[in-house]
Amino acid sequence: MTEKMLADFTVNVNEEGYLTDPSQWNKEIAVALAKEVGIEELTEAHWKVIEFLQKEVKENGKLPTIRRINKVGGIPTKELYQLFPDGPLAKAAKIAGLSKPASCI
Amino acid sequence: MADNEKIKKISIVISKGSLEAIYPGLIMANGARMAGIEVNVFFTFFGMDAVTKKKMNNIKVATVGNPALGIPTMIGALPGISALATKMMKKQMEELDIPPIPEFIEMIHDAGGKLYACLATVEMFKLKREDFCDELDGIITVGDFYDISTGGQIIFT
Repeated sequence: MTEKMLADFTVNVNEEGYLTDPSQWNKEIAVALAKEVGIEELTEAHWKVIEFLQKEVKENGKLPTIRRINKVGGIPTKELYQLFPDGPLAKAAKIAGLSKPASCI
Repeated sequence: MADNEKIKKISIVISKGSLEAIYPGLIMANGARMAGIEVNVFFTFFGMDAVTKKKMNNIKVATVGNPALGIPTMIGALPGISALATKMMKKQMEELDIPPIPEFIEMIHDAGGKLYACLATVEMFKLKREDFCDELDGIITVGDFYDISTGGQIIFT
């Protein structure tokens, strides 16, 4: 675990750059993390995904699957891949200040 | 891992039509897309059942000649045993949020994975494009398959 500066905040991250303390997360940090994974701007559609992931983790203690993001979160899989190309769940989780997905699905 | 060491593209061949033979290929294909890896899936022989409209809803676990299942072959051959084993396995998968095959095919397609049927098998089984689900990207030859697989790994299941 190392300390890192993101959008003028000092946060703790693991070796893959995921926040290790979700309480350190805020929207400015999210914008900085998004840039790290190649997403220049977070639109309303991006925030909808991020907020859904955070809500799910809070309520169920784990990240939803892409299927659940579609069925419960109402975000079609195609759109999810357009919003967060090349690894949507991992990227969205990172931006949301959550841990890396630990599921094969 | 440096970016240039990462797998960028894979092509998966699914050649068998039982539930336990189709799912691993689909899970690997979907997992690849989730990891940002380009994916082609090539369905051949009975593996094509996974993308055939009339068959894809009715894929079963093989209960005969499947020693790992722990059911004696004589029992596995009894009517209804395969249906029962299939039902049990589907329930387990639903708990893990693994979708049924038709939905999984749609999911991989929506994730940008490409799905192809094998021309030789299509001709042998006397099938047409309309016999396949809409998500299928094409019916191609083995040569075409090697062409589209260029620059990536090939996995045969």
